[in-house]
Amino acid sequence: MENEKHHIVPYMTHIMVLLGLILLTVITVLITSVELGAYNTAAAMLIASLKGAVVLLYFMHLKFDHKIYWVMVSLVIAIFAAVIVVTFFDYLYR
Amino acid sequence: MTDNIETRHEPNYLEYRGKHGGILGWLTTTDHKRIGLLYFYSMMTFFLAGVVMGLLMKYELISPGEQIMGPQTYNGLFTLHGLTMIFLFVIPGVAAVFGNFFLPILIGAKDVSFPRLNLMSWYLYIIGAIVVLISQFMGDGPPDTGWTFYAPYSLKTNTNVVAAVTGAFILGFSSILTGLNFIVTMHRLRAPGMGWLRMPLFGWALYGTGWIQLLATPVVGITFLMVIAERVLGIGFFDPAIGGDPILYQHLFWIYSHPAVYIMILPAMGAITEIIPTFARKTIFGYTAIVISSMAIAFVGYFVWGHHMFTSGMSSTSRWVFSLLTFLVAIPSAIKVFNWTATLYKGSINIQTPFLWSIAFIFVFMIGGFSGLVVGSLATDIHVHDTAFVVAHFHYIVFGGTGFAFFGALHYWYPKMFARVYNFKIANIGLLIFFIGFNLLYFPMFYLGMLGMPRRYYDYLPMFHSANTLSTIGSWIMAAGLLVIIINLARARRGKGKEVDDPWDGKTLEWQIASPPPVENFEQIPVVEHGPYEY
Repeated sequence: MENEKHHIVPYMTHIMVLLGLILLTVITVLITSVELGAYNTAAAMLIASLKGAVVLLYFMHLKFDHKIYWVMVSLVIAIFAAVIVVTFFDYLYR
Repeated sequence: MTDNIETRHEPNYLEYRGKHGGILGWLTTTDHKRIGLLYFYSMMTFFLAGVVMGLLMKYELISPGEQIMGPQTYNGLFTLHGLTMIFLFVIPGVAAVFGNFFLPILIGAKDVSFPRLNLMSWYLYIIGAIVVLISQFMGDGPPDTGWTFYAPYSLKTNTNVVAAVTGAFILGFSSILTGLNFIVTMHRLRAPGMGWLRMPLFGWALYGTGWIQLLATPVVGITFLMVIAERVLGIGFFDPAIGGDPILYQHLFWIYSHPAVYIMILPAMGAITEIIPTFARKTIFGYTAIVISSMAIAFVGYFVWGHHMFTSGMSSTSRWVFSLLTFLVAIPSAIKVFNWTATLYKGSINIQTPFLWSIAFIFVFMIGGFSGLVVGSLATDIHVHDTAFVVAHFHYIVFGGTGFAFFGALHYWYPKMFARVYNFKIANIGLLIFFIGFNLLYFPMFYLGMLGMPRRYYDYLPMFHSANTLSTIGSWIMAAGLLVIIINLARARRGKGKEVDDPWDGKTLEWQIASPPPVENFEQIPVVEHGPYEY
């Protein structure tokens, strides 16, 4: 671990990510005024997932980390997705 | 595991005087063993408070009609009993006390990966506990929702729900940080030669538990924040009157709270798995199967939460899906029981107090497990849902499982923690009284539930009288047994017990160092050359 190289992310990248997150937040608010029916929720979830992914990749350095962290995060996301699927056995068939 | 490791000239963790002495030395310690003891003493305090609440509730139910409290007091009391026992005793439970104390030693490390974070976890635990207790005395009275805080009632009651859920939220952080610490410790600090499949099984149990703590606890944290947001800001998450969905609350709550059962029981199973080979004088049967079953329980246990909601109005499709998944989780649990009993087969069994606790654990856990099949089946659950049957099943699993394993582990590791042995005869008598009292207290509740006696009422119909009286008498016997056990252990701690190093001739690493363990456990990190249970 001690010998691993630490990737230094330029300030500009962080600023761009921050601006991206602000833009996505604005889109989240604006999209509520567009009538998409049930897709409104899907759109909100999609934007939130994008924001989460950007935070994970850049602010939490996943993009520059060892593969094992990719595996761990992927497993967690897979479990989370499975929980959502199982929950929807209720919502889709109620 | 390795040749005997001599560390006797090092000061032990009880004698060590660091920067601060006395109580300040304890409150600022980052030694995993001392933090384990901080958890132990605080948890035992909360546990005994919870026992007193339980005794009061059982006394109220000794006969029909009001005895010592009215309905509102009873509602508040069972809520506080649940909060105390669940969030302050069984969830931190075996992991916080014995995991903290023994995990680094068992894997040949000097401490956990993040010792300061470990101390912070204990402080969060204490702060959370204080907030929960304060909730009883401020605002409009103690919460009366039960420990589940079901919406929409928890949104409408005038009692002090916000403070109670805030306390539970803080306690969740303590749990997450402990889980994280244990996972990283096992990944990074295993002794040279200790591959994953040479790690003691208590470590594996804590590993599975750590992942559940890490992945499930945030869900309930966010759910509690949503309850606060709805109560304070009127945002319609769960109340149908303002566009919310009360079943969503139940989903979110049980997505955490069912895996929480495995947070309680997995370390308990791990402790039993350490005790049995030591007293069977035999290698554990099916090491790999136990490892896989621990991880399978952690994984499958994540997907069975809906069995708490069979009668809540969720879709019939999801009911059978959850019922099926629930039956699947019985398989890895049964594998463990088979492995424990197979380990005993042809072993040179040394019948000592920790072994007797383990056998008692298996007995009560089996009753809890089999009654779980009744509530896991859709048809029979409809009949017994929200009755005393569920209370009995729950206590057989949680108290019978975690509680018995906790006391078993305490009797097993006590000589290592304090270098003293307790009086074996009194310990066995205490266990016998406790065991009789426990079964007399909870078994009649199965019968009462089958007859249809609802749970969470301070009063009942005369037809339920005799079984309730029997159950109340059982609570007194169990409390008497508990008293014998605690006094016996306290006497040994106060110097009445014989000084020992290793009364059981254990093979895992903790038995290779001095008792009580030196401050840094090992002068030199050991090199592990074989598996943990080589007899």
